[in-house]
Amino acid sequence: MGHTFDELRAIVGDRGLISSAEELHTYECDGLTNFRVMPRAVVLPNTTEQVQAVVRICHRERMPFVARGSGTGLSGGALPVENGIVISLARMNRILEVDFPNARVVVEPGVINLDVTGRVSPQDYFYAPDPSSQSICSIGGNVAENSGGAHCLKYGFTTTHVLGLEVVLPDGSLVHFGGKTLDAPGYDLAGVFVGSEGTLGVATKIILRIVKRPECVRTLLAAFPSTNEAGAAVSDIIAEGMLPAAIEMMDNLAIQAAEAAVHANYPNCGGLLLVELDGPVAEVDALMTEVKKICSSNGAPEIRVAQSDAERALVWKGRKAAFAAMGRISPNYIVQDGVIPRTALPQVMSEIERLSQAGGLRVANVFHAGDGNLHPLVLYDRRIAGQEEAAEALSSQILELCIAAGVAPSTHCSFRIPRKSFQLLASVAKSPVNTCRTRPNPQGSRNVIDPRRWTPQLNPKRAACIRRCATNSWRLWEMRMCMRRLPRMPWPEFSRSW
Amino acid sequence: MHAATAADAVAGVQPKLVIEPGAERELAEILRLSNEAGLAVIPRGNGTKLGWGNPPTRADLILSTTRLNEIIEHAWADLTVTVEAGCTIQRLQETLAQHGQRLALDPLWPEKATIGGVLSANDSGALRLRFGALRDLIIGATIALADGTLASSGGKVVKNVAGYDLPKLVTGALGTLGVITRAVFRLHPLPRNTRSFSVAAASAEEAKRFVVAVQDSKLAHTSLQCHFSDDTSPVSDILFEGTEAGLAAQENQLRDLAEHAAVSEASRSTWTAREELWDFSDRPCTAIAKISILPASMARTMKLVENIAKRQQVRWRALVYATGLGWLRLEGKPEALRGALHELRSELEAQHGSLVALHRPEKMPAFDAWGSAGDALPLMKAVKQQMDPKSTLNPGRFVGGI
Ligand SMILES: Cc1cc2nc3c(=O)[nH]c(=O)nc-3n(C[C@H](O)[C@H](O)[C@H](O)COP(=O)(O)OP(=O)(O)OC[C@H]3O[C@@H](n4cnc5c(N)ncnc54)[C@H](O)[C@@H]3O)c2cc1C
Repeated sequence: MGHTFDELRAIVGDRGLISSAEELHTYECDGLTNFRVMPRAVVLPNTTEQVQAVVRICHRERMPFVARGSGTGLSGGALPVENGIVISLARMNRILEVDFPNARVVVEPGVINLDVTGRVSPQDYFYAPDPSSQSICSIGGNVAENSGGAHCLKYGFTTTHVLGLEVVLPDGSLVHFGGKTLDAPGYDLAGVFVGSEGTLGVATKIILRIVKRPECVRTLLAAFPSTNEAGAAVSDIIAEGMLPAAIEMMDNLAIQAAEAAVHANYPNCGGLLLVELDGPVAEVDALMTEVKKICSSNGAPEIRVAQSDAERALVWKGRKAAFAAMGRISPNYIVQDGVIPRTALPQVMSEIERLSQAGGLRVANVFHAGDGNLHPLVLYDRRIAGQEEAAEALSSQILELCIAAGVAPSTHCSFRIPRKSFQLLASVAKSPVNTCRTRPNPQGSRNVIDPRRWTPQLNPKRAACIRRCATNSWRLWEMRMCMRRLPRMPWPEFSRSW
Repeated sequence: MHAATAADAVAGVQPKLVIEPGAERELAEILRLSNEAGLAVIPRGNGTKLGWGNPPTRADLILSTTRLNEIIEHAWADLTVTVEAGCTIQRLQETLAQHGQRLALDPLWPEKATIGGVLSANDSGALRLRFGALRDLIIGATIALADGTLASSGGKVVKNVAGYDLPKLVTGALGTLGVITRAVFRLHPLPRNTRSFSVAAASAEEAKRFVVAVQDSKLAHTSLQCHFSDDTSPVSDILFEGTEAGLAAQENQLRDLAEHAAVSEASRSTWTAREELWDFSDRPCTAIAKISILPASMARTMKLVENIAKRQQVRWRALVYATGLGWLRLEGKPEALRGALHELRSELEAQHGSLVALHRPEKMPAFDAWGSAGDALPLMKAVKQQMDPKSTLNPGRFVGGI
């Protein structure tokens, strides 16, 4: 091993190799902090060539590696593999090219999401995908997770904004997917790479699309007696043919938490709707009038439009801080990430309420009403015996609820295949091999993966991928598919590097 | 099921049989049997783009999706639709319109083109500027794989971020990885009002400046395209959608931006101008290519086309979108057409662009439809090898002989 370390050091320099125990602690987990694995070493390459050289050594030594951006991922994607190394892209943080006439930017993977916008905002452009973590997360991480935020309703997820990639494959070779121009001949491997949780290679250069800022942005806050009325207003907005830039919903607990943390000046109510419209002033004004009407006809006694950029920023600060803010009203909490058809919201919310009462634990809810992404936050106190287990149990019940809502055929449709597949997967997931693969899993099982027990083609990060997928039945099916198909997909040399 | 006729030939290759299954399971089963028997299968919708890509190296049976044409669920409140592959774009749009929605895509020949065909050929029109391509609109798909597996991927939720993106893999794969049997799309509201304007330009350079200026402005236009040809001066078209108040304001801004150039109201039909390139009534010796360039190199590219066309003595006409995608029609002698396409492709590829030949006249000497797929070609071949190891599906029609 010493020899390998020397080799790595020769590539990345003394300061590019971390191997002392105390420094390695920083890297033993990502945003999913209850799972920790100490890597053997962390390398911090500066260039694509260095990444290639490091990966070649890993390949030769059959040493597993995990790429890491800023380590904010919530799915354990950057969780090290035992006896493996971490390749941190943090030093590859240069914005290489900004091309305004073509609205393209070329970046290295370690560039922070918000820094792209920072760089192009003097010319009134922005980079659209806006995960709440955007001030710290990296573009490489965004690519691997296909990240998105509130404004993805209108602007799309990371995948829509990634035009091309330079990728180091697991055998150290370099390939290019997509490019600056659209529709490069061949399969859309850039599309496949985005969202693959770092399982297909290391992105070393990314070509992004930037967007011109709209003429105006207006944000409305409407206070409803409960999330049901707020949900009805969302349906009406959509039925009226509007596509806001963002629609977010928070329940009372989430409002309280955000208030406690950032004093966003939210109205105290059962269901808060946040609707943002952007575009030409005349267009936005006309539509805002309609949104207000819809909100009041659905029973919102209080409707406000942020009057200044500062006020608007505060509204968003509250929303984006909502998760972290839970700490203000509860010592511990579990975040769950589910996707449900928007129409299932009232039913899911009342079920969550019932489960919460039955379990004796509070649940706060934040909902991207635009795309059906629901984040139930289960609040608990670890110091009280049994609460953590109860919270985990409640959390997984809620997850199952989301899964059921996602898979339940609504009205007249019949999704024969996915439903069956769901059952199949549910049974597969209980088999011992898969429990091992799915750690860290939503049920919180703690068995440790021995990478060698994995099927050879599987990359460690697949575990995280499976966990994420578990948030939605369709994703379960999809995972089943990619386990059956894609790992056998000859992404070169996974088999040999394992 | 019936015997294939001359009308079923694919780029000159004659298949023997046409099968039109009535259910997904049936289609998958036929595919499995064909695969086992070593037959080459050509998936087909309504055949509007069957000539795209290279001629197949083998073709035994045509597997038609036309009977799989149900609109399974329009979940309008969730802004999604699940539809079978054989449904035509137009019929889908009519159904969606009942709830004031649409698939925000304007492919060629919507009255005939099927969902499966449009997806496989990755065809998109002028709306792409605002709403993205199929890859951005598709959120799920069911695919019959060569071994008979019916694979579903993605979901009917708009946000769909986990797992490898199979729907993206089959979009634009020209039916070489599997047969798409159904797809789930995210939808957009129908516009309340629309207005189109045309803006004249004295030169390609001026047209390009206009396009770049519009793109850099606060206008919220939906589409922007430029017409070029060897015998007319360039014209740009711009489409706005929205409320009356919004449209009026944007018209004023557009007129300011266009400065001295003549701005006139255009008819909606200008947005189907792409179809006119496929008019073969009087000039049979025509080639049509899709080009992809950087939007800001529009003028330079048109200059290039002009020079090459002069040298090769071919007539030309082009429609270029602000996304940098364009469609080029060339008329001339078969050798000259080939020469012109070849020259232009090398030039475009040198600038990170591409040229894909969509239509070639019969007598034109062989010319690869795709051009270079770059250093990812081995990986693409490997993907094909995994998903369709016996090359049952559309053999030889895709990039690099896939
Ligand atoms: C408070 C908070 C709020 C959040 N809000 C959101 C949100 O609103 N929306 C959202 O989508 N996510 C959100 N996240 C999750 C997380 O921030 C995103 O997933 C983010 O994209 C991860 O970026 P990162 O740089 O931290 O990646 P990391 O956590 O370092 O890595 C994530 C994955 O990417 C891989 N990876 C990293 N770099 C590369 C590379 N160059 N090539 C290949 N693979 C690579 C890693 O191996 C890992 O699998 C939030 C997280 C936190 C802590």
